[in-house]
Amino acid sequence: MSDMSLKSARLRGPDLLRLGGTGLRARPLRAVLSALGIAIGIAAMTAVVGISASSQADLDRALAALGTNMLTASPGQTMFGKTATLPDDSVAMVRRIGPVLSATATGSLDRVHVYRTDKIPSGQTGGIGVLAAQLDLLKTVGAKLSSGTWLNAATARYPAVVLGYDTARRLGNVPAVWLAGRWWTVIGVLNKVPLAPELDSAVLVGWSAAGTYLGFDGHPTTLYTRSVESQVEAVRAVLAATANPENPNEVKVSKPSDALAAKRTTNATFTALLLGLGAVALLVGGIGVANTMVISVLERRGEIGLRRSLGATKGQIRVQFLTEALLLSLLGGAGGVLLGYLVTGAYSTTQGWPTVVPLWALAGGVGATVVIGAVAGLYPAIRAARLAPTEALAAA
Amino acid sequence: MTEVIELSGVTKMYPGGVTAVRSVDLAVEYGELVAIVGPSGSGKSTMLHLIGTLDRPSRGTVRIDGHDVATLSDRQLSALRARRIGFVFQQFHLAPGRSAVANVADGLLYAGVPRKEREWRAEAALVRVGLGDRLTHRPHQLSGGERQRVAIARAVAGDPAVLLADEPTGNLDSVSGAGVVELLRELNDAGTTVLVITHDHEIADSLPRQVPMRDGEVIRDVGYVA
Ligand SMILES: Nc1ncnc2c1ncn2[C@@H]1O[C@H](COP(=O)(O)OP(=O)(O)OP(=O)(O)O)[C@@H](O)[C@H]1O
Ligand SMILES: [Mg+2]
Repeated sequence: MSDMSLKSARLRGPDLLRLGGTGLRARPLRAVLSALGIAIGIAAMTAVVGISASSQADLDRALAALGTNMLTASPGQTMFGKTATLPDDSVAMVRRIGPVLSATATGSLDRVHVYRTDKIPSGQTGGIGVLAAQLDLLKTVGAKLSSGTWLNAATARYPAVVLGYDTARRLGNVPAVWLAGRWWTVIGVLNKVPLAPELDSAVLVGWSAAGTYLGFDGHPTTLYTRSVESQVEAVRAVLAATANPENPNEVKVSKPSDALAAKRTTNATFTALLLGLGAVALLVGGIGVANTMVISVLERRGEIGLRRSLGATKGQIRVQFLTEALLLSLLGGAGGVLLGYLVTGAYSTTQGWPTVVPLWALAGGVGATVVIGAVAGLYPAIRAARLAPTEALAAA
Repeated sequence: MTEVIELSGVTKMYPGGVTAVRSVDLAVEYGELVAIVGPSGSGKSTMLHLIGTLDRPSRGTVRIDGHDVATLSDRQLSALRARRIGFVFQQFHLAPGRSAVANVADGLLYAGVPRKEREWRAEAALVRVGLGDRLTHRPHQLSGGERQRVAIARAVAGDPAVLLADEPTGNLDSVSGAGVVELLRELNDAGTTVLVITHDHEIADSLPRQVPMRDGEVIRDVGYVA
């Protein structure tokens, strides 16, 4: 007889991986198909997170370029529901606030309409507003000319206009527009102004020309300021009272960069919906893996019996099938993360965004598949281990 | 003690009332070559499974290589099988798609033999069974007789104290069957205890000892020198 102590040997890590891989290598198509469900789920979730992160990165980049130090003030409603105006000297007052770097204004000319020709009936150019603009408007709102020139001290006194981006699109390439019974020369066209989108659909005329030809009363209707970045909130606190000391509650103060950020994040529910769909795909994928493993255990009873006769313990059979399930779902997870990354890259490239997939999403994807693999593989693995060796051999 | 196998009063009852093995006393010494014969359903496979610790008796004691099977845990039984017992089955049980060497090397996996050593010992075992020129062949590229030789190589690669073969020639023609029996005889000459179940009387009669079974009982143990 042998006097050796009967201690079962541990399976080494590489041996365990090889064991777990044998079942997959024996039926590669089945492995790929059953990993596909998990891959799709992980890909969907990675892409959703990646696309929203890329969009956020693009927004951050855009905001960094636009600046987050702009505030606007506009007259709200009076207590009696009429549209209020700001005092004539409000711009000068606001300029006197310490941290304010610049302040400028536009004045809305509600009753003036713009036409392409002197023949088109009114109403056809609705939606285009006419605004009297101060000369430092461009600098303060961060607007750029797409063509032509901006108003200067001379042209601001004459019938000359600068068109907003959308206005130019709608009117077409016209040399002049018909305003209040006379032709006004188009001297320039603006690019889109993300922080002041109201300018995109406007026709801008000089402050004094508006007074001379359009009956402008000189009351600013929107006031734009830039402040020292760190003092924006302090300025915001005093802006209303400074712009209209008598009726500060009539003044509406807003921070356009916040509105811009908010607009981009309003699709949070949509993101949640897509994430939910991804989770469902993941669940279905996990069930697919469990199903494959159950079938695999049934088909491989002979192998299980043989391995038991070769000296495999119950635990070693269990861990073999668990490893197989883990490898299967990791295969899906790795494929899914890669696919999700590619989808994010493709989508953000078409949007002109930087491609950003947060590391936590990648790690989370792989981590989720490990959990799914473990859960999906546990029951089949336990069944495989419970199989009596003689029964397993008889089934083959 | 010189007995590698010692059954005393061993009974195996299956749920449903079948008594497959009935009060069997059997002792096999180290180095014996034993044929187990008997009609179908007489309990030969059941007894071999009990000897191979794949199953536990309902009554009686089974001692293998000095260990009382009833006192051993699953892990200890597994270790016993991994190191001291080799099995050969009628259906070969080779992994399709894996080379002869890989199949044989699996026989050493659970004994804790490192990978490189498993491989060269598998090769040595294949050479020993006369398949030195079929190392990388996969099962479907081998004849039935060659497949059974691979299975035997797997069973003996770990140098077990006892080799248990359940109708190893059952799926083979008489020529390859005779070759397999010849191989078992060689292994026995080299010191391995061999128990082989066979339906073939010619084979059984050619072996030094026969254990005939009927209805779960060992009826007349021929050749055993107590
Ligand atoms: N798992 C089981 N459950 C119930 N009865 C079983 C089981 N396994 C075997 N038996 C019964 O036990 C008896 C002995 O079976 P065993 O397989 O040991 O016979 P055998 O001598 O090996 O026959 P064969 O020569 O046909 O292989 C048979 O009557 C069989 O039906
Ligand atoms: Mg049998």
